[in-house]
Amino acid sequence: MYLDHAATTPISAPALAALTKVISRSGNPSSLHGAGRRARATVEQSRETIAAAAGAHPTEVIFTSGGTEADNLAVKGLFWSRRDADPRRTRILVSAVEHAAVQDTVEWLAKSEGAQAVWLPVDEAGTLDLEALKKELDDGGADSVALVTCMWANNEVGTIQPIADVVALAAPHGIPVHSDAVQAFGSVPVNFKESGLAAMSISGHKIGGPVGVGALLLGRAVALTPVQHGGGQERSVRSGTLDTAGIAAFAAAARDVTENLAAEGARIAGLRDALIAAVRQLVPEAVLRGTDPALDPAGRLPGNAHFTFPGCEGDSLLFLLDMAGIESSTGSACTAGVPRPSHVLLAMGLDEDTARGAQRFSLGHTSTPADVDAFVAALPQAHARAKTAGMAGHQSSIQTASTGG
Amino acid sequence: MRVLAAMSGGVDSAVAAARAVEAGHDVVGVHLALSRMPGTLRTGSRGCCTVEDSNDAWRACDLLGIPYYVWDFSERFKEDVVQDFIDEYAAGRTPNPCMRCNERIKFAALLEKAIALGFDAVCTGHYAKVITDADGNPELHRAADWAKDQSYVLGVLTHEQLKHSMFPLADTPSKAEVRAEAERRGLSVAKKPDSHDICFISDGDTAGWLAEKIQMTPGDIVDETGTKVGGHDGANQFTVGQRRGLKLGTPAADGKPRFVLEIRPKENKVVVGPHALLAIDELKGIKVSWAGLPIAEVATGEEFDCHAQVRAHGDPVPARARVTMVMDDGVSRQALTVTLGEPLRGVAPGQTVVLYQGTRVLGQATIDSARSLARPELP
Repeated sequence: MYLDHAATTPISAPALAALTKVISRSGNPSSLHGAGRRARATVEQSRETIAAAAGAHPTEVIFTSGGTEADNLAVKGLFWSRRDADPRRTRILVSAVEHAAVQDTVEWLAKSEGAQAVWLPVDEAGTLDLEALKKELDDGGADSVALVTCMWANNEVGTIQPIADVVALAAPHGIPVHSDAVQAFGSVPVNFKESGLAAMSISGHKIGGPVGVGALLLGRAVALTPVQHGGGQERSVRSGTLDTAGIAAFAAAARDVTENLAAEGARIAGLRDALIAAVRQLVPEAVLRGTDPALDPAGRLPGNAHFTFPGCEGDSLLFLLDMAGIESSTGSACTAGVPRPSHVLLAMGLDEDTARGAQRFSLGHTSTPADVDAFVAALPQAHARAKTAGMAGHQSSIQTASTGG
Repeated sequence: MRVLAAMSGGVDSAVAAARAVEAGHDVVGVHLALSRMPGTLRTGSRGCCTVEDSNDAWRACDLLGIPYYVWDFSERFKEDVVQDFIDEYAAGRTPNPCMRCNERIKFAALLEKAIALGFDAVCTGHYAKVITDADGNPELHRAADWAKDQSYVLGVLTHEQLKHSMFPLADTPSKAEVRAEAERRGLSVAKKPDSHDICFISDGDTAGWLAEKIQMTPGDIVDETGTKVGGHDGANQFTVGQRRGLKLGTPAADGKPRFVLEIRPKENKVVVGPHALLAIDELKGIKVSWAGLPIAEVATGEEFDCHAQVRAHGDPVPARARVTMVMDDGVSRQALTVTLGEPLRGVAPGQTVVLYQGTRVLGQATIDSARSLARPELP
């Protein structure tokens, strides 16, 4: 049973159909002959579809290899172009709960490019502290700000950020705002134009498209220094031959999710609420992290449930659930596979031990009530075992040569 | 049995896991993350916890068709192995961190977590053998390949720990055989070099590493008569038996090389002398443990014949040993006196003495003091 849709969600039927149809055809969309024109037509039609799905103008869609590349392009590109226009602009105002694609990019700019990272605090639900942002703009000096970046929805705890308020605060100063909307797009209504954002990252495989394709939505008037140079594709902002099949599939997935957004959102939220209720009943000590959907239904991604289980290690719980056929996550994947206490939870004020007991269950378009039932059946034993294993990583009760009598 | 295979990313643990799978056990591979900041790539034969090693372990599990996880023991490792290593050196002793890791991490923290999560045993690629008697009591024995035998570093395991230990490489005639088997099985780590040295000191410079962690104070180097013959930057970086790096100004009377005989942390003194004075024939051990059920003489306090080994790849010497009870912090604890049939050289407090009868490991103790019965105490 797959409860890790926030990591990646299975490809949707329309996307798979588009992918298999287009990938068998040859043609570089930059070529001028028939095959090239056909490929280009597919790309441009896909661009229009994605623009419509995200509330953008087609020229605002810059295709990338995914969310991480879009985030890098936006944050580095905006920082460089804004600083080059005015060398005083070295500060990046960034939320403390960003995905690594933004967080690490900002840290790199601070380390290597003279940027000054200003990490904006969040409250205990993970919502950005707007007062802190206002203070940085007013007292810290808006003239020194290169950009503001704040994710639309958090990938770990599902908290939806007040993007409209962030833009409203930055706009009078003419400061561009970027938002990583990888988790939000396709899950909740997202409209680039209405948001007033300068740049917004989206990704294919989080919405039922293939892995390896995404886009940066970039306002027509926004100047951006490219990261990747070459053939000048994509407004010369992102060079490289376009992945026609991936783009076609991404567009098919985008159309599919946005057409069904309201109904699917309600259906998935219903499953998620059942899951939350079951966890609370079976493990009363478990704490739901992020916004409680019972109190603020619009404050949380419909597919996200995230708990901390006191006295349990998240990796023990993950292991036991995995052995029982339930696929979940401790929050965010790590290439080395080493679980670390989540920076998101720490920013929300949790201590390291509490943060280690985290487990994220995320639902998506293929989720059914049977998934929730299977999870509910497996949870009590897995939790009891994980609790026994407890903090074995911290303290051992096995008597050894140097601890025993 | 449900078996947790501890996978370092090396060839031994990969083949051990393969054999556990083949024996019909339900095996899960686990790589221990022992550092919070693992290196990306392995360099030479040093270190063992890089992302590359983790990936090697992962690929081995893929091939074996078993699940793979990384478990974080970095905090426990830092406390129980790395800090212990520093503390021991700071106290003028010479610890064995690999032994400590087996004792406190692999067969304690990991084992306990494994048992709690429903496993019956932890399987590793160590070359040693567990024999279980009819009543289910484990005995630890040397591996078939004496040259690769690692029973010494496992000598610290107790009855409870051994009951849940599995060493599938026990009867392998040689390491070459293990490599050949890895090759046959298509394991990509077949030709991976053996790891050496201390995994958490990546450049192998133990003295330099210690100098950053321990307050080093310059002091005197004296000879066996108590005469000052030189100076040092800090007594704690020396090891008994060490010859190099003494930088003595005054040559020995006989012109022969001198060796570190003793480290006296309280006086911040290093005592040096001729090779002959390194020989010791009596050891006193503390922190005694028994690898399985203790032999009868442990309870009676009678002296017993055995062989004593003081380093991982050192030859055992015939010895007689006796257990006494001593009071330590108001608690009565076992202490061990080992009289050696042949003298040993370069034995340092902090090292472990492992006792054998034939191939069987009886138990071990941490060496508290070592002396020559014939030699008077050094001034």
